[in-house]
Amino acid sequence: MADPIVIIDYDAGNLRSVQRACAEVGAQAVISNDPTQVKAASRIIFPGVGAAGSAMVSLRRNGLADALRGAVGDGKPVLGICLGLQISLRHSEENDTETLGLIPGETRRFRLDRPELKIPHMGWNEVRPVQPHPLLDGIEAGDEFYFVHAYYPAPEDQACVYARTTYEDDFAAAVGRGNYFGVQFHPEKSGRVGLALLDRFTRWDGQC
Amino acid sequence: MLSKRLIACLDVRDGKLAKSVRFVNTKDIGDPVEKAREYYADGLDELVFYDITASSDKRAIMLDVVEAVAKEVFIPLSVGGGVRSVADATDLRLAGAEKINVNSAAVARPALIAECAEAIGNQNVVLSMDIRQVPESADCPSGYEIVINGGRTPMGIDGLAWALEGERLGAGELVVNAIDADGTRDGYELKLTAMIAEAVRIPVIASGGAGKPEHLKEALTTGKADAALVASMVHYGDYRVSELKRWLHQEGVKMRMSW
Repeated sequence: MADPIVIIDYDAGNLRSVQRACAEVGAQAVISNDPTQVKAASRIIFPGVGAAGSAMVSLRRNGLADALRGAVGDGKPVLGICLGLQISLRHSEENDTETLGLIPGETRRFRLDRPELKIPHMGWNEVRPVQPHPLLDGIEAGDEFYFVHAYYPAPEDQACVYARTTYEDDFAAAVGRGNYFGVQFHPEKSGRVGLALLDRFTRWDGQC
Repeated sequence: MLSKRLIACLDVRDGKLAKSVRFVNTKDIGDPVEKAREYYADGLDELVFYDITASSDKRAIMLDVVEAVAKEVFIPLSVGGGVRSVADATDLRLAGAEKINVNSAAVARPALIAECAEAIGNQNVVLSMDIRQVPESADCPSGYEIVINGGRTPMGIDGLAWALEGERLGAGELVVNAIDADGTRDGYELKLTAMIAEAVRIPVIASGGAGKPEHLKEALTTGKADAALVASMVHYGDYRVSELKRWLHQEGVKMRMSW
């Protein structure tokens, strides 16, 4: 990789695990909260755990929200992970927050009827691609990824949903539009199949 | 559908692997980084390091172990033992731990759970509880009591009440470690595990007593646990991680079978 990947740092959790996973697949990644560096990046990973409300405050304060919107507009490959996917939608039920609006739709809290199902949805679960995408290429039936989340993305347009996972009901586990792609699971904690997805991202041209 | 998790716990003392039997007579059994790598390659779902280093001046060694493992092992990594403050939790997180286990220090000062949840997120705070069976009493109506200091100090706190308090304070997950069963290989405390799993809405990890694959199945079915923690049964080569997962899968327990 000629240009490093920029992992956007907006006080939304520990980003070094994402950086280490990038290193494992041979990609140099820098963690940055500098909008100039985000604008100059060749590709961007937008990770995050934590709450939507404080994440948006931090993104707006740092000028990172605009830098990220700009990068998506410029056609750079962007990978959202977990909260990074959720706040790419227009609104989140978490803290009733207006989010980035890169994808029409909202983030909703799990409302579960079966008492034995716990919140958060934590652990390994199957991710089933529902339409082809370069980043999902190679995922086989039965492949599981690691999830930790109490909220899930609900895009308005089903054409944006690339993979589904079942908890009590199905939810969107991978959401994309153009050069933006987001996953609800943690590829950096999902063993071989997660590393393979990150590896594909480091070589993705942003087309689908 | 969510898979049940198989978690291996590695006790680490002075940077080396140890396995305690009833928390005494610990004996050294090797290099934690090497073991972690082996289990990861063999399909382990999650790894726990428990630091049992006695002297505080050697605690920094644990950070090196975590750092070395996090470079090579890409599954959730949980670390506990001696976490007394948000600063301890943050240091371990920066070294590469995903989740932080709190135990004795949280019993002494429950606010530690809330402070850690605020700092690193609820989902990353695991409340580890050492529990022993006692006669039912006014203090311990569930018939289970919290103990600390590796089982040596009974606290007069009800085990079930503490689990609920831990959830209320913001723990994202509970480890139910049955001190009476720990190291015996006679099976998990199923009644205790099920009692807590039914009372809370956060995941419960069964711990203490695993010796046979059947014990894991019991914990994940009748014990209602979301994950089963193993130690000696895999550390000494009696069972392989993949072998346990395959057996559980064949018995109808939903497990992650491709890695």
